[in-house]
Amino acid sequence: MLKFILRRIGASALVLLGASLLMFFLTINSGDPLKDLRESNVQNKQQLMDQRSALLRLDDSPWERYWDWLSGVGGCFTGNCDLGVTINGVDVLGLTQQAATSTLRLITVATLLAIVVGIALGILTAIRQYSGFDYSITFSAFLFFSLPVFWAATLLKEFAAIQYNNWIAVGQYAPWTIVIVAILAGFLLQAVLGGTTRRRLITAAATFAFVTVMLFVFNALDWWRNPMFGIAGVLVVSAAAGVLVAALVVGLRNRRALYAALTTAVVGTVAYVAFAPMLVNDPSWLLLAVLFVVAIVVSVAIGAAWGGYARKQVMLVTGITGLITSIMVVADILIAHWASFLSIKSRPISTIGSQTPNFTGGFWEQVLDMGTQILLPTILLTLVSVATHSRYTRSSMLETLNQDYVRTARSKGLSEREVIVKHAFRNALIPITTIVAFDFAALIGGAVITEQVFGWKGMGALFQDGLNAVDPAPVMAFFLVTGVAAVLMNLVADIAYAALDPRIRR
Amino acid sequence: MSDIRNTAPDGEKYEPHVSATSTDAIGLAAGGSAGPLPGEDKSYSQGQLVARRFFRHKAALGSMIVLGLIIVVAFTSIGIGPIPGWWPKGYTLQYDKIGDGAPTWAYPFGQDTGGKDYFALVMRGTQFSLIIAFSVGIISTIVGTLIGAVAGFYRGWLEAILMRLTDVFIVIPLLVVAAVLGKTASGWGIWGLALVLGLVTWTSLARLVRGEVLSLRERDFVLAAQAVGTSPWRIITRHVLPNSVGVIIVSATLAIASAILLETSLSYLGFGVQAPDTSLGTLIDEYQAAFATRPWLFWWPGMLILTIALCVNFIGDGLRDAFDPRQNRNKD
Repeated sequence: MLKFILRRIGASALVLLGASLLMFFLTINSGDPLKDLRESNVQNKQQLMDQRSALLRLDDSPWERYWDWLSGVGGCFTGNCDLGVTINGVDVLGLTQQAATSTLRLITVATLLAIVVGIALGILTAIRQYSGFDYSITFSAFLFFSLPVFWAATLLKEFAAIQYNNWIAVGQYAPWTIVIVAILAGFLLQAVLGGTTRRRLITAAATFAFVTVMLFVFNALDWWRNPMFGIAGVLVVSAAAGVLVAALVVGLRNRRALYAALTTAVVGTVAYVAFAPMLVNDPSWLLLAVLFVVAIVVSVAIGAAWGGYARKQVMLVTGITGLITSIMVVADILIAHWASFLSIKSRPISTIGSQTPNFTGGFWEQVLDMGTQILLPTILLTLVSVATHSRYTRSSMLETLNQDYVRTARSKGLSEREVIVKHAFRNALIPITTIVAFDFAALIGGAVITEQVFGWKGMGALFQDGLNAVDPAPVMAFFLVTGVAAVLMNLVADIAYAALDPRIRR
Repeated sequence: MSDIRNTAPDGEKYEPHVSATSTDAIGLAAGGSAGPLPGEDKSYSQGQLVARRFFRHKAALGSMIVLGLIIVVAFTSIGIGPIPGWWPKGYTLQYDKIGDGAPTWAYPFGQDTGGKDYFALVMRGTQFSLIIAFSVGIISTIVGTLIGAVAGFYRGWLEAILMRLTDVFIVIPLLVVAAVLGKTASGWGIWGLALVLGLVTWTSLARLVRGEVLSLRERDFVLAAQAVGTSPWRIITRHVLPNSVGVIIVSATLAIASAILLETSLSYLGFGVQAPDTSLGTLIDEYQAAFATRPWLFWWPGMLILTIALCVNFIGDGLRDAFDPRQNRNKD
């Protein structure tokens, strides 16, 4: 396994090297870096041109310039990075560090969301093939796949952001909105859950009643402006999530898994109560990261302790439950800070930039600010990727569901859950990992456009400005960051591939 | 399948190539059943079968009609080059503005800020976008098919180069390399742009065709052809490629859909079509600031891009179902 990974890393490094060479030569030959000076009428034109020629080393051979760049990058391994300077003499390393954080944040969130949502939708549509639900998801996938991102972004800015900001100033749903939302929710849920007509009707009616009542209660509490969730909410949601995960992964017949999941949810909530003062009063990213790692380790340990004959699977169940509980804890704290956030920033979703400049709020308000700023670009990037992922997952699932071993599994009396989760889904995941890695490059391309529309000063801007000025240093910095990210993503996909398919491990 | 006789081309058992078609493009059946109707005893050629299945796919058929209408209107309304069209207004002339330029009967798409007829402008952009998209589709299909077939058939260094090139495109996003090349080609007009875009979008098709050829070259009819001394080129063109025509056609269609999105995105970023030429992407770029005051300047080009891409994707989906009916068998 280690040999396999090392070999993949070696191959990726070579590809990265070749791609960087290609990128460098294409960039320096894409235009004339002195064009703006040639056309200007300033007195010291010749002097400026000579200066820039010296800065960009235009008189040296391209190979020398490439070697220069490469050795600067090679310095990163020994601690003194040098990514060169831009056409205006600014150090690219500093620019990149600023730009990379916001861009990588956007790409990571979008990728994770797209994988989870896309695969879930793909499985659901494959199970409910040729249902109304399947057709509507299929049509939406085609629609999002054909969507010009830059155009949709402007629409989203105009309608989602501005309308929401107007609405949150009041924060009340009109009765007819509630009815429409409830009808839609009921319709969607019955389509997903399926069953006989009677069961569908019951599902739809129950959902309708629940959503209507909840929305009216939220209205009455002014919840949308002063939301709260509370420790009880964290406990209930994580316990429910734990039961669901246990039911999906090992089935409820394995009581140990169920108890392990519930223990995880309870332990998580108790830990939240214990750490709450620290989290609210003295938060930092480091604290969050440490607590998160501890939470996952403890959850997996609970799974190992409860495990019994299905230890590995129970550990998976408690691990996922721990993850969900951690998310719920952070969500609870964020929700509790929403009201104070609104008082600082009355129009929460602004459409320019990755965070509000000169924002004066505590740590959690700043997180909320970044969250609201990242929301629209993420939705946009995710939609396109979800369309691809769900289609691939669907066809891959249908493929495996037609295999003989699935028929064998059914005929020996396994439950539908076991057939789908253990026999079909696991095998369907194999081609999906490849697609996800491939799609990552497309996502980076999408991020360049999205950043442009939403006015983020990210890697996309670095690339565009650099390319416009025929300035190789920033373009290569963009390539370096996104290329390394893509290679890492590919490596993860390869490892997942090898874990899923024993034939690959050689 | 009870009708294996009807679906067998050239006396070979027809095996749809699952891995190539089902996992490498976005979709499969949006609807429609496939295969000849039960009880029919007439024999059909492979082409007839495909056509019958395609025309039964309603979404694809509808998309074909819509796309045809868009193409006809775009090219006949304002005419091509020196040939005049039936639309009385030009795209360069400034007319007196009616009100704030909102769509009226005289100006169905409205007028832009300077009073130009927006219908004529949008039709001109559609022409350019369509020309580029189709040229890119054709170029990338030819290049991809050739390279894929040669790499798969001869193996060796060509195949190694091909696989490494594919890896490069995992590392450099297509949009990025297209932007760099688009800037290089900015002075060469739309044909130059179409050429460079075609030269970077062939990799996925080449991979697909290579996969097809790798399995086909081991088949008995290829061995038989080799045994009687047929030249490799003739084997590729006569025996191998006709058997992978389904993959190629479907992929070409989807390439057109992604080409139109790629071109408009590049034009929007400023690395694609340059003035005085125009495209649907440059129109959106030019008028997006006017969204709050003159929304029609923004809506028309975007809706056209969306409609064209959606239609082409649906046609590709219908073609996939038509060439690979096995995908639909769970409906039986």
